[in-house]
Amino acid sequence: MLLELTDRSWLWAAAGLYLAGFLWGTAALIKQGRPAGTAIYAVISSGYILQLIGLGIRGRAVAGCPLGNQFEIFQFTAWSAITLYLVVGVTFRNSLLGYFTSCLATAMTLLSLAIPGWDATQRVHIFGSNPWIELHAALAVFSYGVFGLLALTSIMFLLRNHSLKAKNLRGWFSFLPSILDLDQIGVRLLGTGVAILTVSLSIISVFWLRDPSSASTSKVLFAVVVWAVSVGALTLRLRGVLLAQRFAWACVGLFVGAMLSLVVVDKSRHPAAPKAAAHAGRAPQTLFVA
Amino acid sequence: MSSPALFVIGATHHRAPLAVREKLSLKADAADALQAAFARIAGLREFAVLNTCNRVEFYGVTADGNAVAQVSAAFCARQQFDSAEFEKIRLDLRGRDAVQHLLEVSAGLDSQMLGETEIFGQVKEAYAAAQAKGSTGPVLNRVFQKGFQAAKHVRTQTAISEGQVSVANVAVDLAVNIFGHLKSARILLLGAGEIGEKTAKAFQSRGAGALTVASRRFERAMELATALGASAMPFEQREARLAEFDVVVCATSAPDIVVTLPAVKAALHKRPARPLFLIDQALPRDVDPAVAEIQNVFLYNLDDLAKIAEDNRTAREAEIGKCRAIVAEKADALWRHVAGQVEALAANTHAAAESSPPAGPAAPASVRNAPS
Repeated sequence: MLLELTDRSWLWAAAGLYLAGFLWGTAALIKQGRPAGTAIYAVISSGYILQLIGLGIRGRAVAGCPLGNQFEIFQFTAWSAITLYLVVGVTFRNSLLGYFTSCLATAMTLLSLAIPGWDATQRVHIFGSNPWIELHAALAVFSYGVFGLLALTSIMFLLRNHSLKAKNLRGWFSFLPSILDLDQIGVRLLGTGVAILTVSLSIISVFWLRDPSSASTSKVLFAVVVWAVSVGALTLRLRGVLLAQRFAWACVGLFVGAMLSLVVVDKSRHPAAPKAAAHAGRAPQTLFVA
Repeated sequence: MSSPALFVIGATHHRAPLAVREKLSLKADAADALQAAFARIAGLREFAVLNTCNRVEFYGVTADGNAVAQVSAAFCARQQFDSAEFEKIRLDLRGRDAVQHLLEVSAGLDSQMLGETEIFGQVKEAYAAAQAKGSTGPVLNRVFQKGFQAAKHVRTQTAISEGQVSVANVAVDLAVNIFGHLKSARILLLGAGEIGEKTAKAFQSRGAGALTVASRRFERAMELATALGASAMPFEQREARLAEFDVVVCATSAPDIVVTLPAVKAALHKRPARPLFLIDQALPRDVDPAVAEIQNVFLYNLDDLAKIAEDNRTAREAEIGKCRAIVAEKADALWRHVAGQVEALAANTHAAAESSPPAGPAAPASVRNAPS
């Protein structure tokens, strides 16, 4: 019976678990005044597995990485962020990171499921027969997931900084990691995101240099802007120019900007995949996911 | 003859002022001699001694209630303390109340500093010592072991131990909120007075690494640095070398500002990515208040620290009702379990007494085996 479930059913179930994690976390904070800890990690992990199954079914249906519409991009970005959380979260299991992650995952997955228009057009075989282009797209969206987790740790940094400056350390604030830990994890996440995005753009640039008409100017522009902003933020941070709250705000802005750029890219995409172009050795219109 | 009982007698900070507790406090050799005396008391089946700066308590199981009076007398004799005076301040609880008291003590509910965790370790040590001497038996073993579980439960299920309630520990907690682990944090102590020393010790007790002391009197700085295992630095270098430190504890009696805004800005310029935590415990203040506006600088003065400590204390007090309810429930359950054991011990003792020829008082095996 489980095998008969559709991809969206699995993704609804995953979103339900993320929501359960969020509600559980909220209840724990209100009733016990502390995060749910390991329990929330287990709930998110369960949701992650269900989401993986849902995305797997969708991937088989569209014959490639499910990044063909806004619904799939949001789902994949949320999944990417949670992938990173499952690695990082072990260290921060008693902090509020799990709660914040469940909040982000709930928002992104439920939003994408609740807007039917985002999944109205399922594009099949959008990457043609070129695995490099598929890899580029997957890496690019994965890097946005990394930026998503970065945005969460940055928000936590801002809250911790506010609590210390305002001299209010009780309640929820007491479960935030230290300023230095949050800053260091922020730098590492940004570095990871930049590295993945750089690899992604390096792959696709080979195709684009061969045929510049394969992608619209706006896509190229957005891709370069997101990459340049992330590299710029990392450089300024490492040089000691962009620090503390400003760095945290920049990271939040980077994620918001990256997600907005995805919306613009998706809107400018042709309704169906140009299979012919892909088969002819040209990059299809999924080029520059960023 | 009184009825058999699990009991606790002693003196605590509630009724015994410091001067009295000083007289009642047991030195190591006195404690050993007293335990040997207890081992000779007829009918005293099991016992354990809890001796801290705030309390001296004797937990025991007796088949004969008169043994309690003998414990009390032996203690007063040993400490050369007037028995009548001891009666006035004496804690004396039996049965379920004694169980509840042990649980409350272990959970820090009976401590002078509510919710403090040190007492838990002290109770554990007392129990371990009694066990090593063979003076515990089935009743005290169960009561102490279950009591530890109950105390842990209280601490994890309530906020009784959350937040620090001393100014020095509040400062250390703040540093942890900024730097995480303190092992790599470099600490500068300005001023070699008592307040600064206390804070420095609190940092060291939480694993702080490098500590440097600077005082307007260099020899005093050297003296304190030696005592703390730290290094000393000339006071005049404090601003020039500010960038080398993560935490600066200011506790001088200087009449003017000793850490200025330009100095803090210059220090941040040299180490922009690392936060700077300034703890101003001086009166008048040592640190220019304007530095609080700088990004990545966290400044807390004496009032700030005291307010946090007070808030934490209030929050702990608000948890007392919840804690006592948990403790009462656990004490009920525990007493239901051990009450029968206490009765059985008494019955065995009486049976043994009736069947044996009249002789001197016989201590139980566990007590007889106790080394003197």
